[in-house]
Amino acid sequence: MHALLILVPFLGSFILNLPFRKVNKRLSFGVCAALFLLQMAVILIPDFGLNKINPAALANIFNFDLGVDALSKVMLFCIGLVALVTLCTNSLFLKDSDDKFNFINVLLIAVSGMNGIVLAKDIFSLYVFLEITAVASFILIAFNREELGLEGAFKYILLSSIATVLMIAGIALFFLVSGSTHFAAIHSALLAQDKSLLINLAIALFVSALFIKGGLMPFHGWLPDAYSSAPAASSVFLAGIVTKAAGVYVLIRILVSIAGFSLTLKSVLLFVGAFSAIIGAIAALTQTDFKRMLSYSSISQIGYIILGVGTGTVLGLAGAALHIFNHAVFKSLLFMNSAAVEKALGTRDISKMGGLGSQMPVTGLTSVLGSLSCAGIPPLAGFWSKLIIIIALWSAGFKTYAVIAILGSVLTLAYFLSLQRSVFFGKLNAEFKNIKEAGFSLLFPMILLGVITLGVGIFLPLVLDKFILSFNAVLGG
Amino acid sequence: MFLDLIILILLVIAALWTVMTRSLLRASLGLALVSAILTLIMFNMDASLAAVFELSVCAGLIPVLFISVISLTQPLTFKEAVEHMRSRMARFWELPLIVLILGVILVLLSAKFKAKLPALETQASARFVLWHLRQLDLLGQIIILFGGVFGVAVLFKERKKRG
Repeated sequence: MHALLILVPFLGSFILNLPFRKVNKRLSFGVCAALFLLQMAVILIPDFGLNKINPAALANIFNFDLGVDALSKVMLFCIGLVALVTLCTNSLFLKDSDDKFNFINVLLIAVSGMNGIVLAKDIFSLYVFLEITAVASFILIAFNREELGLEGAFKYILLSSIATVLMIAGIALFFLVSGSTHFAAIHSALLAQDKSLLINLAIALFVSALFIKGGLMPFHGWLPDAYSSAPAASSVFLAGIVTKAAGVYVLIRILVSIAGFSLTLKSVLLFVGAFSAIIGAIAALTQTDFKRMLSYSSISQIGYIILGVGTGTVLGLAGAALHIFNHAVFKSLLFMNSAAVEKALGTRDISKMGGLGSQMPVTGLTSVLGSLSCAGIPPLAGFWSKLIIIIALWSAGFKTYAVIAILGSVLTLAYFLSLQRSVFFGKLNAEFKNIKEAGFSLLFPMILLGVITLGVGIFLPLVLDKFILSFNAVLGG
Repeated sequence: MFLDLIILILLVIAALWTVMTRSLLRASLGLALVSAILTLIMFNMDASLAAVFELSVCAGLIPVLFISVISLTQPLTFKEAVEHMRSRMARFWELPLIVLILGVILVLLSAKFKAKLPALETQASARFVLWHLRQLDLLGQIIILFGGVFGVAVLFKERKKRG
């Protein structure tokens, strides 16, 4: 069944490009939306009909070695959700039917790649699917073929290539040590030769590559340019899920399934996480471009996720996974808010805005929800994930990092309050008195994400019970 | 040993030429040359399956893809290309030196590692490896190629003029 999560999006994209393109173009949005909804349903509802399908004929042809655990389920759900809201954003921003159709095709390829990353149990297969996601991301960033977009895509290609070289070198060393590329075989070999210089070098190369892919400081050079210069729908997709699947998830997977949590590795993760959380937040404070501020905010929030991972405990990992989910939701929402504002005003310069809440009430309200959740204000979802990460840091004995995480949250609140005051509150600029709220295809996903942010926060006990229990199994506890 | 050294030096020269040459077309041919030399190294190391793939995909298919993309772009004039190459030479004159230093460091380090590739458990056929052991990677490669070609079509094909 899991093989279908990789095969169906790819075949969907392939079939859409066969003859009868006119019909395919009309069907593409509906088919694609149905696919993403199905992916979410399969993960969310264990008794869902499709989960019981295990076609023997398919299993005979495709003998894929795939695996699913609690972490993969969180990721697969996030991929489906963010892809769905990206699809809605795209339908509003691209007017040309050919462009819309092409975007949907690239989106399907990216989803296929990310599902492959999440399901792979072999480090080389994981690398192959990382490259699929990277190729699709280049296309999505440069999609409008504008100068800034092409520049952002080029920076992403360059830094992504460096990450690729490091990763391939790491895989070669893992293979040299274990004679296999399967997670379990490498893990066993690593246990047998714990202090080997080659192993430490392989882990260092791989982790450095993932810091670049995840956009962590000081490896973040590509991220603000790529996020801010990409078309609106691409920004939502990149910030919502791509960096998390290609960087953060793979890092967690490598640590959990292969490398384990040594004291040195924990120290590196905690330092990089704290550095990204604080410096990302300070950089966000100084931005006047809406999307660039959100980009630096993403770096800061990914820092929080790495802080949770760096504890090496079940609680820290559960907090990190919950923050991955929350960040996917509220950052997609905030990028959609910025897209709606940019479409209405024709600018992303915060200093020219003000009082937009009266003209764009839904955008304003959902933006407040997203910002407060990101800053960790109760009872919103972001509060709980940050709280769990801070408790995990404190209980694991990393008290200084727990204090840094709290300080980072204060900085987050500062830049988001400043953003809200400058954009949605205060006096409306006379120039913008005739602007209108965004269209339904943008309002619907905004409301959906706002409700999820609020709902997960209020009904957290329901989510958390499953979370904590499941993450015991992820760490083999 | 002597032959290995000659091939490695040729590989480095071809790689440097690829990144320093003034024309994109020559750079893609240089890349094909690098892959062809790499194929020799792989054959020499008894990795015939990898060598065949390197030759067919990296020396064959990928340069074709590059050249097809280059044909869709606006070439630099001769004067611009020369100017571009001069500025690149001025900026990256130290590149061969860095490659040389890295090479020396790696040779010195390799003596310290003393790692030897474990012997393969089975001498499986290429067909078995591709269709049974690495089936997921094969699917991944197909998706990458599809995505790459699609990307070229989307980003480089002239879009229809809108009325």
